[in-house]
Amino acid sequence: MTAHRHLMTTYTATVTVRLKRGVLDPEAETTKRALERLGFELDALRFTERYEVDLDAADADEAEARADEMAERLLANPTIHDYEVAVAEA
Amino acid sequence: MIAVVQFGGSNCDRDAVRALSDLGFEARRVWHEDPLPEATTGIVLPGGFSYGDYLRGGAMAARSPIMASVREAAEDGVPVLGVCNGAQIGCESGLTPGAFTTNASARFQCEHVYLRVENADTRWTAAYEEGEVIELPIAHGEGRFELDAERYEALEADDRVLFRYCDEDGNVTDEANPNGSLGNVAGVLGDSESVAVLMPHPERASLPQLGNTDGRGVLAGFEG
Repeated sequence: MTAHRHLMTTYTATVTVRLKRGVLDPEAETTKRALERLGFELDALRFTERYEVDLDAADADEAEARADEMAERLLANPTIHDYEVAVAEA
Repeated sequence: MIAVVQFGGSNCDRDAVRALSDLGFEARRVWHEDPLPEATTGIVLPGGFSYGDYLRGGAMAARSPIMASVREAAEDGVPVLGVCNGAQIGCESGLTPGAFTTNASARFQCEHVYLRVENADTRWTAAYEEGEVIELPIAHGEGRFELDAERYEALEADDRVLFRYCDEDGNVTDEANPNGSLGNVAGVLGDSESVAVLMPHPERASLPQLGNTDGRGVLAGFEG
């Protein structure tokens, strides 16, 4: 299978995990209050987690599918999170 | 023999063994990298900070190999009780519905709370009366129960809420909700009655020397 390895490309999959709309985010609320205390004016603040995963895959679709499964099975908790995956050549 | 699964970072495993032993059960700790003993008749997922709460409380432990054995045992009807971090592990692993996430206060909360027994017709609550108020300690930073509206409705319809945070008189109010949990939910059943999780600590309220034994009834659930 060595021949195949030459066809692999290294990608960086960026997985962004955020709370579903309507789910309370106490850390973001606390951060917002701290910013206001510093004198900043803002309407809202959201907190997201971003994972950058380097992986070898045959093409971008495969890289995205694998990163998607990582998000589904561990990086996000589907009960409270939405997530999105973006793939670019590393 | 009740297996108390010890993950790296568990810290209520000894308390659970001691409380269960006081109730007359044979209980011992089982390291998460060891297989579940053949003689396992019950499983406790104890409190603590497994894997340092990396990613989310319980997220790593829920995907550790021993959880596959715990799931198999649960499917065979072996009773499984998750407490605090164990409750987070139960939800993260899909054994029980919902998620326990950051307290509304964004603070770690260590205090005594009152709980109303919502369903006394389960092995975990048979020692109580429906509507009875018990007192248990909590100690968590991620204990806010969350679930989407549709599934929460189903959970209530199926009578799978075991305990709700309440005041001393049993009123389920916002003021009595220590962490912002949806519906003041403190503990729920899994798909089958043999699996239950709760954020408060029954094992810390089971020894007479500690002055509060309200939690003994939950642990007595291992008798079936």
